[in-house]
This record gives sequence, structure tokens and C-alpha cells, in this order.
Amino acid sequence: MHALTKLTWTELKLYFREPIGAFFTLVFPLMMLFLFGSMYGNEPSEYFNGYGSVDVSVPGYTAMIIATSALMSLTIVISAYRENGILRRLRATPLRPQAILFAQVIVIFTMTLAGMVLLIIAGKLVYNLRFNGNPWSVALAFTFASLSFFSLGFVLAGLLPSARSAQLVGMVLLYPMIFLSGATIPLEVLPEGVRSVARFLPLTYVVNLLRGLWIGEAWSQLWTEVIVLAGLLVAGVVISVLTFRWE
Amino acid sequence: MDPIVQVQGLRKTYGETVAVDDVSFEIEEGEIFGMVGPNGAGKTTTTECIEGLRTPDQGRLRVLGFDPVTQERLLRPLIGTQLQSTNLPNGLIVWEALDLYASFYPDPIDWSELIDQLGLTEKRNTPFRKLSGGQKQRLFIALALVNDPRLVFFDELTTGLDPQARHVIWDLVRGVRQRGKTVFLTTHYMEEAERLCDRVAIMDRGKIVALDTPGNLIRSIVSESRIVFTVDDLQNRQGTLTGILENLPAVKRVEKGADQFTIYGREAGKYGPSHLLIQVVEALASQEVAFRDLSSDQPNLEDVFLALTGQAIRD
Repeated sequence: MHALTKLTWTELKLYFREPIGAFFTLVFPLMMLFLFGSMYGNEPSEYFNGYGSVDVSVPGYTAMIIATSALMSLTIVISAYRENGILRRLRATPLRPQAILFAQVIVIFTMTLAGMVLLIIAGKLVYNLRFNGNPWSVALAFTFASLSFFSLGFVLAGLLPSARSAQLVGMVLLYPMIFLSGATIPLEVLPEGVRSVARFLPLTYVVNLLRGLWIGEAWSQLWTEVIVLAGLLVAGVVISVLTFRWE
Repeated sequence: MDPIVQVQGLRKTYGETVAVDDVSFEIEEGEIFGMVGPNGAGKTTTTECIEGLRTPDQGRLRVLGFDPVTQERLLRPLIGTQLQSTNLPNGLIVWEALDLYASFYPDPIDWSELIDQLGLTEKRNTPFRKLSGGQKQRLFIALALVNDPRLVFFDELTTGLDPQARHVIWDLVRGVRQRGKTVFLTTHYMEEAERLCDRVAIMDRGKIVALDTPGNLIRSIVSESRIVFTVDDLQNRQGTLTGILENLPAVKRVEKGADQFTIYGREAGKYGPSHLLIQVVEALASQEVAFRDLSSDQPNLEDVFLALTGQAIRD
């Protein structure tokens, strides 16, 4: 089998052997969906411009999965692989160094995608999830937002000296962001002060982009989000290329 | 035949620190070449420059006919590597590791045979985290051999292992050479170098201070073999016995304590340490002297290092 295919397949198996990442990517969002779905149902509401609670939650939870994958799974795996000399050993093979990182990105991206697909399936089956957008637009935005955030994960892994500190800083960035960006709690129900904080969190722009496209808004209405996330992607790639260390 | 590795004037610095300072040596095909020295002597940096993992500041390197700096990609499939302080992912299973690393090379060998040869058959389905230190090192040896390389690097292969596991690894390294491979190893255990290597380069503070076979290195230093024993019942034969011992050809001088004799041998080059022991014991036997607690010290690579650098090797 081709080396990259084999490496990716192996990393995918390893992903499931450390179940904490799989839990937060695949299981936890479903738990949130069912918990809040059972509380609020999915009846159309004035609060959400005629959409139900589940309709706005699914793109929000998807943003949460993206952030978790980037700031938890990816950051931890890259910094731990470096700290333990796993990257160093791989580099002593004929494998191209980029392939090692590429395999990680493929695996984490695939799992992030699986997390979103599970949410959509559960939403459709249980809560009659509404969707008025273009599926290809949403898929494109999902990929774009994922790559933006993954680059942030690489920046953390590059800048922070140890796997422990990378994990800690990842958590510190992740948790407030999940709650204050509208990913889990719709911004509409939050007080004005909190909403102004949201403007400074990159995840807010992922939530807005996905939710906007979800309900059928055009890309032209979402150019702020696109610019912010594109800026994040460019800055993230540049910084991670400059700061990346193999050992 | 050209040497398999040629190193000329290798120099590598990290900021202000000179890790490797004008190092030159060659490795012949089929030998076990060892580089010994304390931690921080520059062994690993030298190794990693030869492997193409680091770029030297100065010097000419030739490995299997390739320049490891500019032709790393051509060289990489031909060499096998075990690196110091590396790991595999904790959950990776032994057979998966070999299967994965085999896929990185154009022409790998059958890794299931390697599992058997390295005594990992029972650990075939065990994840990396559950292997003992010795088992992990055996797996790393297997990974270094998976591409059937001509030249294999072992960097501090037995560091941190218990003596029993160390002996197992030594036998495996000898087995690697028997399969016609050239072995380059670094260690800070002098005993390991002495037992395993055909030739040894002694390194200290970035420089090679000596390079020869372990036997020649030991003979080259002026070091005394020494025999100590105790005689309880000397009566009035003390003078006679001292005289007899002093006249033995292998003996340089005799020191006498209360009831303890210390016999110093002549230079190791002329009379081997065993000569001294044989002559002393024969003399004691012919005089019918009852002795006990006899011990003999022979110079080893440890003494060579001490003689050359003025300091004991630090573990």
C-alpha cells in the first residue's frame, strides 16, 4: 500500500484507540443535541427568525466540533508526537516530512466531518432538521473553516514548548470560545456585554458563516466572516511554518 | 573497496557550543564501528550528520557513495536507523509498526521474519506502551532493519536497560553484522564498546581522542594489571616470598601490607594480564602458600578513557 495511505489508515486507528478525542468529536455534540433538543424541541421561533432551536444548534455544534478538533485533537497529537520523538523517528525514513503532517490533517478533518454528518443525521431523524442552504456551499465553508482553525492548532503546537502546555492553552482558548461565540448557546439569548466579546473570538465567525449559509444566506452577505477566516488561515500557515519544530 | 563511510573535518556548532570539532574517520564495510564517550561528547551529533538528519557547518561526508547533505533522499532507503530517545505512538501495535515502516521503503523485507528473529513473536499484537524497555529497543532494531539496509546506525541502544536485556541486545547486534551489514553504534558504556566493536573511536568534548581496536587501545596505554591476595599464615617466609614474586618476569613490583600482597604487572603490551596471573599463582602453588581473596584488575577501555582524558566517564 502507498506509504501515505498506510500512514493515514494507521493514524485513523490510533485516533480511536485514544477515545477522548473521538468522544468530544463524535459523541459529545450528539449528547448536546439530544439534551437541548429534549428541552426546547425544534418548533419555529421568533427568536431565531422562524427557525427552531435544533436548526440553529446544528451549525453551531459543527463549529464547536471544528474548534475541538483543531485546538484539542490536532494540537495535542502534534505536540505529543514531537515531545516523544515520534516525529523524529518518522523523519529518519524516506517519507516526506509534509506527508506526516498531511496524514494527521486528513484524519482529524475526516473525523470532524463525521461529527457534523452524525449531527445532521440525528437532527433529521429526531427533530426534522430544516435546511435552506446549498449543501455544496456549506461543505465548502466547513472545509475552509476547518483548515483555518487547524492552522491555529499548528500554531499552538509550534509556539508552546511542551505537550502539556499546548494542551492547557488549547483548553483555555477552547472552552470560553465554545460558550461565548454562539456555538453552543445562541448569541441571541446572551446579554449585550457578552455579545460584544464574541466579536473578538474567531469561532464566532465560523458559527456565523455556517449558520448563514445553512439558512440560505448568500456568500456576499457573509464577506466579513470569509475575510476574518481567510486572514486566520494565512496568518496561521505563515506562523506555523516559521515556528514548526520536529524535535 | 572504498570505505562505506568517510568523514573528513566534520564540525557542527549549536550557537556558542562546539558539539563536533574537526572529526575525521572512516568505516569499512562489514565492521562494527563504535563511538564511545560521555554524554555530550558529540556522538549523537556526529551520527545524525552522517545520517543526513543534521547539516554540518564544515566537513566532507560520504556515506555509501552519497553526500548525506545534498543526496539525503537517495541515501535514506539504504540505511537503517535507531535514534536516541524516540518513541512510537502508545497505541501502535508491534506488527502495525513494522507494517507501517515497511510501507515507507521501496523494497522492504518480510517483516514477520524480523518479528521472530528479534524475539518479539509473543509481543506481535502488543501496543507500544505495554512493551518493556528492552522490547522497545528490539522493535526499534527491527524497524531499522525493515528496509534491508547495508549500513545500520544504533545510537545509545542499551542506555537504561538492565544487564540481562543489554546482553540480549548485544547478541542481536552481532547477528546484524553476521548478515553482512555494517554497524555504526554509539554508547557511553565502555564495556559495550569493548565487547561488541571491531574498532572504537573514543570521543570527548567534540573530538576523537583515539581510534583503534579495543585490544590495541588497551595495550596502548601504560596501565598496570594488578593482583591482590591475602596470606594468613606467613610465619617467617615473608622475605623469601616477596623476593620470589619480585623476580617473576611479568611482575613489576610488589607491595606488602599486614597480610595482603599487591602485585603490579609490567606494561600490558609485553606481558598480557593473564601472564601475570598465571606466573603469580604458579609461584604461590610451588611454594605451597595458602592464599585467599585473590582478585585481579585488568585494564579496560574505562582505563583508556581515563588515561586519555584525565577523567572517569560519567554515566
